[in-house]
Amino acid sequence: MDKFETITGVAAPMAMVNIDTDMIIPKQFLKTIKRTGLGANLFDEMRFDRQGNEVADFVLNRPQYRSAEILVAGENFGCGSSREHAPWAIKDFGISCVIAPSFADIFFNNCFKNGILPIPLPQEQVDILMKDAEKGQNARMTVDLEKQEITTSDGEVISFEVDPFKKQCLLDGLDDIGLTMERSANIDTFEAKSKATRPWV
Amino acid sequence: MSPKTLYDKIWDDHLVHQAEDGTCLLFIDRHLVHEVTSPQAFEGLRMANRKVRNPEKTIAVPDHNVPTTEGREDPANMTEDSRIQVAALDKNARDFGIHYYPVDDIRQGVVHIVGPEQGWTLPGMTVVCGDSHTATHGAFGSLAHGIGTSEVEHVLATQTLIQKKSKNMKVEITGKLQPGVTAKDITLAVIGKTGTAGGTGFVIEYCGEAIRELSMEGRMTVCNMAIEGGARAGLIAPDDKTFEYCMGRPHAPKGAAWEAAVTWWKTLFTDEGAHFDKVIALRAEDIAPVVTWGTSPEDVLPITSTVPEPSDFEGGKVEAAQRSLDYMGLTPGMPLTDIEIDTVFIGSCTNGRIEDLRAAAGIVKGKYVRDGMRALVVPGSGLVRAQAEEEGLADIFTDAGFEWRLAGCSMCLAMNPDQLAEGERCASTSNRNFEGRQGYKGRTHLVSPEMAAAAAITGHLTDVREML
Ligand code: SF4
Repeated sequence: MDKFETITGVAAPMAMVNIDTDMIIPKQFLKTIKRTGLGANLFDEMRFDRQGNEVADFVLNRPQYRSAEILVAGENFGCGSSREHAPWAIKDFGISCVIAPSFADIFFNNCFKNGILPIPLPQEQVDILMKDAEKGQNARMTVDLEKQEITTSDGEVISFEVDPFKKQCLLDGLDDIGLTMERSANIDTFEAKSKATRPWV
Repeated sequence: MSPKTLYDKIWDDHLVHQAEDGTCLLFIDRHLVHEVTSPQAFEGLRMANRKVRNPEKTIAVPDHNVPTTEGREDPANMTEDSRIQVAALDKNARDFGIHYYPVDDIRQGVVHIVGPEQGWTLPGMTVVCGDSHTATHGAFGSLAHGIGTSEVEHVLATQTLIQKKSKNMKVEITGKLQPGVTAKDITLAVIGKTGTAGGTGFVIEYCGEAIRELSMEGRMTVCNMAIEGGARAGLIAPDDKTFEYCMGRPHAPKGAAWEAAVTWWKTLFTDEGAHFDKVIALRAEDIAPVVTWGTSPEDVLPITSTVPEPSDFEGGKVEAAQRSLDYMGLTPGMPLTDIEIDTVFIGSCTNGRIEDLRAAAGIVKGKYVRDGMRALVVPGSGLVRAQAEEEGLADIFTDAGFEWRLAGCSMCLAMNPDQLAEGERCASTSNRNFEGRQGYKGRTHLVSPEMAAAAAITGHLTDVREML
């Protein structure tokens, strides 16, 4: 996984609530057996019409947001299907940070495995960032994971919480399978014990 | 010792390691795998030259993207993408030596139906799968939840997951259900009350008389949709019904091991006085057959009501309601029973079990589906299908004009050709009514099997109680 670097970039505003993973990447794109190339179909059914033409007023099609690196959204972002194709598509498009009042559990975890930082913030603070994002191309926001701070284009600073372990994994680009395998002695011990107490498993 | 919830007990039983910051390594007893969310995980293993740590705890079955029409065991009858995904799963199962139920095996079916049916799912276990409806297995008092593909790879390689403990939530359903009201109505009514994010950060334990009264099938329906309420998992404490369901299943313990297991399982309940961070209670008597009117599973109303106005909502929900109404093509104020339906789908891991088919067939028997209606029954597994045929249910459905399909996810997510066309409107026993879920611009109303059967006959959403 790539290391998570501080982002200074355009944030796309998507004030909708309950943006689900079916919207983020519709099922017809789950047919791939690869992780790559999904960015072209991010939000496909909202971004393109049936003929494949861009829907002009969809946020990521507007000139000022085409190269957005941050997404600001409504509550319960990423609900629904567990498909990791959703964060793969988001990352492949070039977005590495999503800010929303709340996230669905599985999506939230999936983000960290793919170099994306999801930031839950109280609605009032999301509202401030949403307004800032609506200013478009010249309003560049900064997300600094190390300091746990977002700086708006006006210089307003909003700090955020993040799980320390997940933070470190993002900053160092760590593969957590490797980390867990270093604990294989613990797993062996557990298994031996469990074979005695719950042999039917 | 301080009193523990059922969730606390299962968690503690599976804790491999806890770091100072609270990050835990949890042991996974059963890992279910399907063709859509696993290819990248196996590819990851190969690239890193890793093995599956416990192939004997790993079970694979293709379900999401398989055809449900006859002749599918011939790859020529699959679309190219299905063929690629199914072939990849075949190969991965073989190469890594995991249990496998291929499409031509009578035991094949929706992964969450196959697991319990084969006795892989047992009380007190941790069960994961790269699919959000893994919550289904919570009906056995096992801690079961969906994971992403990176986590699938993590479990394959290490048989563990890195987790933070969730909070405890209790959902109590007191009293008795009225006739015509089902487990599906309970679970939808709960989501209607909590909202789709109401369970975020929690593991729910469902309890109360109405839950105890449910069969195992009904309990699976309730837990299945815990995820629609945002919860990591749903749980129901095991009891004699649970043990009876598990007994004699192919992978359930036998003899002395069975006795030992039951003794253990009987300790799996929430202790008196254990702490819940959130408690919700509903009276079963207050639950009517429900339908969804919008594009989120929280958009739930009793069948006796009318389509809402956006102004009935607050905050971001006002705009969401307007968007839903536009998408669903509904006018505020119209009675829900005036909504005309052209497609009925009975199936999925929510309502594709034998009891669901019996209930739907009970309504359908001796009647005909409305002219022009497309009505599908897709049994949850090959074994459910065979049993339904034996009980004469298949004949009831086909005589009435239903299509009788092979097992799979089918129109629940419409990855295979079972899809709604633009503007088509479906009464569906599945679990998600998201935009485009059952086909591009298709419209979904979530209902119980009985309600779906009723709609198939009348051609509009119908209060099934009038047909009992
Ligand atoms: S039936 Fe539907 S919800 Fe269940 S596993 Fe299949 S796609 Fe997922």
